Amino acid sequence: MMGDRNAVEEIEDILSARTHDAAAAARAATAAARVSARMAAEGLADVSYAPVDSPFGPLLLAVTKRGLVRLAFPEEHPDSVLERLASTISPRIVEATASLEPARRELEEYFAGQRRAFDLPLDWTLSSPFARRVLRATARIPFGGVLSYAQVASRAGSPRGSRAAGNALGSNPIPIVVPCHRVLRSGGALGGYGGGIERKRWLLELEGALAPGAGPG
Amino acid sequence: MGASLPPFQRFLDSYRDDVWRLLRASVHSGEVDDCFQETFIAAMRAYPRLRPDSNLRAWVLTIAHRKALDAHRARVRRALPVADPASLDGRSSSEERTPPARDERLWEAVGELPARQRSAVVLRYLADMKHREIAQAIGCSEEAARRSLHEGLAKLRKVVIA
Repeated sequence: MMGDRNAVEEIEDILSARTHDAAAAARAATAAARVSARMAAEGLADVSYAPVDSPFGPLLLAVTKRGLVRLAFPEEHPDSVLERLASTISPRIVEATASLEPARRELEEYFAGQRRAFDLPLDWTLSSPFARRVLRATARIPFGGVLSYAQVASRAGSPRGSRAAGNALGSNPIPIVVPCHRVLRSGGALGGYGGGIERKRWLLELEGALAPGAGPG
Repeated sequence: MGASLPPFQRFLDSYRDDVWRLLRASVHSGEVDDCFQETFIAAMRAYPRLRPDSNLRAWVLTIAHRKALDAHRARVRRALPVADPASLDGRSSSEERTPPARDERLWEAVGELPARQRSAVVLRYLADMKHREIAQAIGCSEEAARRSLHEGLAKLRKVVIA
């Protein structure tokens, strides 16, 4: 017969055992994935996100009920991207691959050279009114075309705002889909790119706007 | 940037194991998944109104505990036996794990405790809550929570010693 004290300790040990239970953890993970998918499908989530493969590595894509709101390159830390979305849009954010399927498919086609324009609805929430005008003007530059910063500023209604336009393009929350890579310096030099100048060159070559390996820069 | 709530997905990933364990100890095996879904759906609805400095773990485990009580009540309404050792969660199924018989008897005894004692034991040992937090979760005084825990443990002790 066991002493009272020992018995209680034993009860405590059994009940609060922290031993890793792999089967239970797997079930919890499956249940969590199901609840995330359900929240996205039922409109309970304000933002859904998923990683999407690309030639640049895994991109982080996020959509709201309005449309694609964010595309982040691999080196932008996913945790901090999601934290920013939580504080600026809503903390109701879940991972839901199904919600990102249209965007994933269009990007895959684009990178395979089979798509020249994106049909995805866009959510401009993350951009200021001025940045929105600049980005909308940028979104109208066709595949294979380029404009200068000054031209984009002019089309956004601020002919003298090419520096401000450059800043707006530099903080484009939806690169690639909103093709800020199609905006160059007036002399034809590549200018900057939030995702790195090599990616800008690569995208322009993919679109035939720049001869492979021979472009200015 | 000031304190803000983590993205819900991170909250879900952080506490899904704790919620699963608490529910597995509190309701029948066939009810765990439904209670898990309902717990996080309820959490999602209330999430944006939560203060960023809240104890998220205690909060979600309190919701899980409430969903477990709902499941018990629904079962009583359906006039099914409250404690059916054969169906008391998945622990008895060998596919999950095969604990020693004494563990098994203990978990069965937890399921057979009166509601408040069961709540106190589960919240103390599966949610690591302090007496004050248990009292808040159950909606009773701290002293009553302490007493329920004590009474529950006394019954469980008989099972272990037997």
